[in-house]
Amino acid sequence: MAANPMTQFEVYRIGPEIKIGAFDISFTNASLFMVVSSLAILLIFNLGAKKNSMLPNKIQLLAELSYTFVSKMISDTAGSKAKPYFAFIFSLFMFVLFCNMFGMIPYTFTVTSHIIVTFVLAAFIFIGVTIIGFIKHGFGYLKLFVPSGVPIVLLPLIVVIEIISYLSRPISLSVRLFANMMAGHTMMKVFGGFVISLGIVGGWLPLTFSVALTGLEILVAFLQAYVFAILTCIYLNDALNLHH
Amino acid sequence: MIRKYFFQLVFLYLFFSKEVFAAESGGMPQLDPEFWVSQIFWLTLVFGTLYVVLSKLILPKISANLELRKSQIQENIEAADKQRKDSELKLKEYDDIILKSKLESKNLFNETREKTLKNINIKRDTLEKQIDEEVKKAETEIDQLKKTAPEKINNIAIETSSEILKNLIGTEINNSSISAIVDDLYRKNGGKYYGN
Repeated sequence: MAANPMTQFEVYRIGPEIKIGAFDISFTNASLFMVVSSLAILLIFNLGAKKNSMLPNKIQLLAELSYTFVSKMISDTAGSKAKPYFAFIFSLFMFVLFCNMFGMIPYTFTVTSHIIVTFVLAAFIFIGVTIIGFIKHGFGYLKLFVPSGVPIVLLPLIVVIEIISYLSRPISLSVRLFANMMAGHTMMKVFGGFVISLGIVGGWLPLTFSVALTGLEILVAFLQAYVFAILTCIYLNDALNLHH
Repeated sequence: MIRKYFFQLVFLYLFFSKEVFAAESGGMPQLDPEFWVSQIFWLTLVFGTLYVVLSKLILPKISANLELRKSQIQENIEAADKQRKDSELKLKEYDDIILKSKLESKNLFNETREKTLKNINIKRDTLEKQIDEEVKKAETEIDQLKKTAPEKINNIAIETSSEILKNLIGTEINNSSISAIVDDLYRKNGGKYYGN
């Protein structure tokens, strides 16, 4: 492996170059891991949904627990009105989770460590939520930027802050996931590099760190997927139930 | 905290591996727009497919399974509840029957007792009456006997006295004088002899 901890994030073409007009849409290692993650999700949940027994087997239990977990998360944060968006949030959570988790396997590629991927997801959520908000409340959705109970003097300032915070949602959402994944993987790579460079004499300490970091990164992988999904729910809640 | 160490370490690492780093393209591969379109395209395709398959095929099945299990459990609970209620009702019925029969037996016992007591009373009454009658009869007989007894005894005394006198003296004595004496004695000491 190269010593540069950033090489693990490099995207390269697998197979022939595919071009549509001026755009290069070749199948890359990133695409491969998107496909692998999705297939894993579909496989697991298809097996989990296949047969219905009164006492679920392990894979069915896994699928049903995930289902109720996401369903509870949505109903807790966004209420019952968010029911139609369940499938989307479920897919989103599972996709991010599986991409993160596949990235934890050595020599794999982490799809979510690329800002463009997380930004596309976040931008899609942002645009979708905004459209839903305007459809549900019309121009009344703009009341989101005017919190109730704020003194008139402060109102212009608050509105500006609210608008900025609303517009920065896709950026914060995407950068949070991307930066967490990239930082974690870079750190592991750095510690791995230390193990090699310090050799059998001094390599034990970074190795210990590496092991601990692997545990931490698995936690982060789950946590970031959860945060990504729950923030989507919270944004959706703003659009569905206008509280201000 | 960990992040701070991380950045320090990254800097340290990059500092030591300057030559290697110089050979690379440099910076973060994430910011290289070469494959951005490809990534967007594949992400849309793969995530879109995942969403469609999950929402149309798999999630409804899981939801149906969960619902089915829930309703089955609910049904079972309801059935168990019904059976419990039934058994409670039966138990109550049984208790009622026991109570009723207990009451009946008690009543029966009381009735019989009363009847027997009444019977005994009647019998005792008649017996007492009979005894009373017998006693009365005996008493009247005794009274009669008591009443007639002094006269008879007086007569006996008169006759015996006259007989004794006749044998002693050899003459007839007028019964009326003896009778006067006996009467006199009787009047004097009658109470002592007859207890009247």
